[in-house]
Amino acid sequence: MSDNQSGDVVEISNQVKKVIAEHLSLKVEEVQEDKNIASDLGADSLDTVELVMALEEMIDKEIPDEDAEQLKTVQEVIDYVVKRKAEDKAEAA
Amino acid sequence: MSAKRRVVVTGLGMVSPLGLTVDTSWQAILAGKSGVETLTDFDTSTYSTHFAARVKNFDPLVYLDGKDVRKLDTFVQYAVAAATQALQDSALNLEQEDRTRIGVAVGSGIGGLEGIYENSHVLTEKGPRRVSPFFIPGAIINMAPGYIAIQHKLQGPNISIVTACTTGAHNIGYAARTIAYGDAEVMVAGGTEMASIPIGIAGFGALRALSTRNDDPAKASRPWDKDRDGFVLGDGAGVVIMEEYERAKARGAKIYAELIGFGMSGDGDHMTAPNQDSLVRCMKNALKDAQIAPEQVQYINAHGTSTPLGDPVEAQAVRLAFGAAADKLSISSTKSMTGHLLGAAGAVEAIFTVLSIRDQISPPTINLEHPDEGCDLDFVPNVAKKLPIEIAASNSFGFGGTNGTLIFKAI
Repeated sequence: MSDNQSGDVVEISNQVKKVIAEHLSLKVEEVQEDKNIASDLGADSLDTVELVMALEEMIDKEIPDEDAEQLKTVQEVIDYVVKRKAEDKAEAA
Repeated sequence: MSAKRRVVVTGLGMVSPLGLTVDTSWQAILAGKSGVETLTDFDTSTYSTHFAARVKNFDPLVYLDGKDVRKLDTFVQYAVAAATQALQDSALNLEQEDRTRIGVAVGSGIGGLEGIYENSHVLTEKGPRRVSPFFIPGAIINMAPGYIAIQHKLQGPNISIVTACTTGAHNIGYAARTIAYGDAEVMVAGGTEMASIPIGIAGFGALRALSTRNDDPAKASRPWDKDRDGFVLGDGAGVVIMEEYERAKARGAKIYAELIGFGMSGDGDHMTAPNQDSLVRCMKNALKDAQIAPEQVQYINAHGTSTPLGDPVEAQAVRLAFGAAADKLSISSTKSMTGHLLGAAGAVEAIFTVLSIRDQISPPTINLEHPDEGCDLDFVPNVAKKLPIEIAASNSFGFGGTNGTLIFKAI
């Protein structure tokens, strides 16, 4: 595990929080890792669809509905984005 | 036969090219100011028209939270703003009202042109998966009354009448009938529009309907003047609170005026050209509904769009509908200042008509320097005129051949 990789995680985490904050009109500080996006941050079903679209733009990949349904908390979204981004590196390697 | 329930206006709200409230807009109207400006947010050089009457400095966050602003087209935001103002002005205590008896009738001529335009581009450039889930709900016309109802928890009839430039008048007339018939006690009614975006300017430009006075936009809207060359596209919203008279009186409401007459007609003639006989019938139907004689009307807020074709047709139609009384009344076009707000026009003009009764003053028709042939009524040129006004009418005529006249009376 290199420093470089953990630096990426921090950056992704910040990006994800920023996107969620923008879409739900929240302050970035309010978007904490343990928050549930629907019940804590107030996203309804259409907000969630839009959020997934924004994440797709971020990773430049499609997010299948089955995957999207599993993403409940901010941390789960961050982990998911980190995982999908890592696929790029695996492919590149 | 039971007597018709009387309907009065107890609240007003407006976002217009002349101001973000009823008061600021009305003061600008009485001062004869133009809300028309050159467009600077996109390159207009290839367009025939380079200007419009836009709403300036509107902050939707005054009326909506940020999350909702992103979901709603601007025309819905304007409607919500005007409705919130009107409800506040009415001093209705919604907490104590039966909200199932309060409805909303607000329409738009075109609706979410912005959303349609933007998402069409997204579809072409990025594909169907990037089209926003809020595109359809944010752009459909009846999201204006829908969202007003959501915001204020209003559960009575909820509807949009869509009749181009007569939209505002028809929604107000329909709202009054809904109350008169007993389907509601209070209706939030009016119209809203935001079409001054490139596709709107291009579309109306293609129709040759818009003024192309690009070197002097403030002088472009000049109803009945011989140098007029088309209308000026305007944006905004007007909303009134209509209320059953006895309950309004009982709660000590501020009553602006009674809506005593509503007339409609259809041309069955041409897609865009007005039909004189139909306009005459529309005004006569309103007079009949009001059960008044033509000479009882002191002021008409005209449709008066500043198009070469429409203005003299309306002037002559007024002459035919009112007969000799036409020479005694004052008639003006506030579109000379606001531009043409399409689906919102009939609503903001109904508000100006009501205020003309309240303040006993006729707004001017600005830029009227040389009245054209066939335009020979008292159009209140350039300067507002104090005048006893007990009864005033507002005309609206729309593409498709659809007309509406509202008649208000002091109370």
